[in-house]
Amino acid sequence: MFILKLIFKNAFRHRMRALMTVSGITLAVLAFGLLQTVVHAWYAGVAAASATRLVTRNSISLVFSLPVSYREKIRAVPGVTHVAGGTWFGGVYVDEKNFFPNFAVQFDSYLPLFPEFVFDQDELTTLLKDRGGCAVGRKLAARFGWKVGDRIPLRGTIFPGEWNFVLRAVYRGANKNVDESQLLFHWDYLNETMRKTMPRRADNVGFFMVGITNPELASEVSDAIDTTFANSLAETLTETEKAFNLGFVTMSDAIISAIQIVSYLVVAIIMAVAANTMAMTARERLCEYAVFKALGFGSGFLGLMILGESLVISLSGGLLGAWLTFPAAQAFGAAMSDFMPIFNVAPETIWIQLALSLAVGLAAAAFPAARSGRIGIAEGLRRIA
Amino acid sequence: MAIPIYYSWRNLVTRRLTTVLTAGGMALVVFVFAASLMLAAGLEKTLVDTGSDENVIFIRKGSATEVQSGIERDQAAAIETSPEAALDGSGEPLVAKELLVLINLQKRGSGKPSNVIIRGIGPKSLALRPQVKLAAGRMPEPGASEVVAGKSVAERFEGTGMGESLRFGQREWKVVGIIEAGTTGFNSEIWGDVDQLMQAFRRPVYSSLLFKLAPGADFAALKGRIETDPRLTCEVKREAGYYREQSETLAKFLRILGVSLTAVFSLGAIIGAMITMHSAVANRVPEIGTLRALGFQRRGILAAFLAESLLLGLLGAGSGLFCASFLQFLTISTMNFQTFSELAFSFSLTPSIAIESLAFGLFMGLAGGLAPSIRACRISVVEALRTS
Repeated sequence: MFILKLIFKNAFRHRMRALMTVSGITLAVLAFGLLQTVVHAWYAGVAAASATRLVTRNSISLVFSLPVSYREKIRAVPGVTHVAGGTWFGGVYVDEKNFFPNFAVQFDSYLPLFPEFVFDQDELTTLLKDRGGCAVGRKLAARFGWKVGDRIPLRGTIFPGEWNFVLRAVYRGANKNVDESQLLFHWDYLNETMRKTMPRRADNVGFFMVGITNPELASEVSDAIDTTFANSLAETLTETEKAFNLGFVTMSDAIISAIQIVSYLVVAIIMAVAANTMAMTARERLCEYAVFKALGFGSGFLGLMILGESLVISLSGGLLGAWLTFPAAQAFGAAMSDFMPIFNVAPETIWIQLALSLAVGLAAAAFPAARSGRIGIAEGLRRIA
Repeated sequence: MAIPIYYSWRNLVTRRLTTVLTAGGMALVVFVFAASLMLAAGLEKTLVDTGSDENVIFIRKGSATEVQSGIERDQAAAIETSPEAALDGSGEPLVAKELLVLINLQKRGSGKPSNVIIRGIGPKSLALRPQVKLAAGRMPEPGASEVVAGKSVAERFEGTGMGESLRFGQREWKVVGIIEAGTTGFNSEIWGDVDQLMQAFRRPVYSSLLFKLAPGADFAALKGRIETDPRLTCEVKREAGYYREQSETLAKFLRILGVSLTAVFSLGAIIGAMITMHSAVANRVPEIGTLRALGFQRRGILAAFLAESLLLGLLGAGSGLFCASFLQFLTISTMNFQTFSELAFSFSLTPSIAIESLAFGLFMGLAGGLAPSIRACRISVVEALRTS
């Protein structure tokens, strides 16, 4: 008990310095947590992928389409439950800054494939009846203040022209991993328009979402689909939704690894700050340590005392930082919701934060503790002057 | 009389461990700061060097990039005959009708897939881009299933090295040459004969049309004429401006990321400097008293301590920048959000980044040292001498 009291008293003896060190560690732990959450947000699409969904696309690359007639052939593959075509529309709402994903999809089988998109039954009925209708996620509707019945104009980049949709339904996610910032509309509407304006591009879809009965069938079904279309004009590449989404993430993995490296650099910086504080503390108190030694306390006791002091400072910073991560992530997520629709703090992030602050405390104490152990009594006492 | 700068320097040297730790923290901050700015600058440099101000590019109205664009053959024929196009030695207009699509290739080693730009070129494409040189082999023969690969593509992707072959569009494509294009985006492209590629991809439209503006031709008039022509649905841009736009999103993202990261880190480093300088002052109260008793002014003390913390900042910034300068040998390859394709670029250290980094280091030193220095110069002589 006495030792604990001593450690606390000593840790906050230089109140200013201790507070600054604690706030430095808090800042670093907080920054680390936010960066990790950013990296997690990048992988959100991968985490949200279902194991019973496959994506079939043109094997050359995503910019090439597939004939919509493939749908029936894919459906005939054993193990397939639903097949829905979809096309990345790439429309712009008023200005490029207002980016959100928008797809033309075959609603009749697309929605059964995505049970995590939760619709109001009445809205869903009107959406399915109105070919010019569209559905948007709750977050997207809130972002632009759209209400059911509003007209939403999009400027086509891949499909030229001005396109108008009537908002018929707002979906919400069944869990917090669901992207609530998409706009979906009828593929038929896109196709009918293309038939009139650019017949060459009609009757094509960008990708097929394929539902399978059992996750274990994934590779079998993928192979079966791809062999069906081998040596055709549009060869396919089928992979699980997870692999498909991961493909997007790995394309920018240079940036992700940069963020990862940087988040560990923060810890290095703060280790330098904390180690500095402990080094100074030990240097100033060498004669005090000599007194302890003269009274009969051993080097081990002194080392533990320094370690305890260092841990008190680093852990209070770490706890504070971890606690602040939640409100900070919420604020940051709200500000960045256009770029990162899903922004949640993962539990392991908190554990890593605490482990890191523990490591900082241990590392900062190591050198001063060793030094205090080595100091001779006479030498230490002489430093009074 | 001023306290010699040597005094401040000696103080840093005496407390070596503390100095190294504090300056090390600042060095890391400056390193991150400089690295993110260098990355954004490198990206911009690559895409700005890619375009030329003398070339004009035509893409479909509403599309931001060549990948999204499509120009029908009849439209291309109408643009091709514009009088504003420069002529080459044999009197033919310097015009290239090109196709640009993405193909998915696997990286060497990791096997991870990524999108690579493949460009169908015409006979004049190379002449329109003097920055592109053939580094090995030859250009593809018109009518043959042959391609040349940019240097960074050949290094990074499977099947794109000299003599290797790629399979897409139901054909084998032989890599017959490697093109080297300095620091431009063409290093990240594969080129082949446009007519062969259009056949293979079953895409009977061009993506873009590029021509060199004849000397003295009026760009504004050309733009006005093309964009009001009812037969055409095209947009005209100067090539340099077109590529600059493509760097915008990613460069802005890198810059915001870098600056907001360093803003947070620098707070940590400033705190570190403050702790160091506070203790430097606290340890030396009697010393400061002695200096004052010897006749040094308050101003002198303030200057000496500020100099010490500025030296600390400079030391950190210098070593951070020194380490960051080695990043120039690295090449980063990542997806450009706007073109949705892989682009290789390097860190580029510009003089302005070097100055900004040093200034940033000095600022951190100043911010950390100001309060303790003021405290140091406020100490009264008698009290200070009594402390010992």
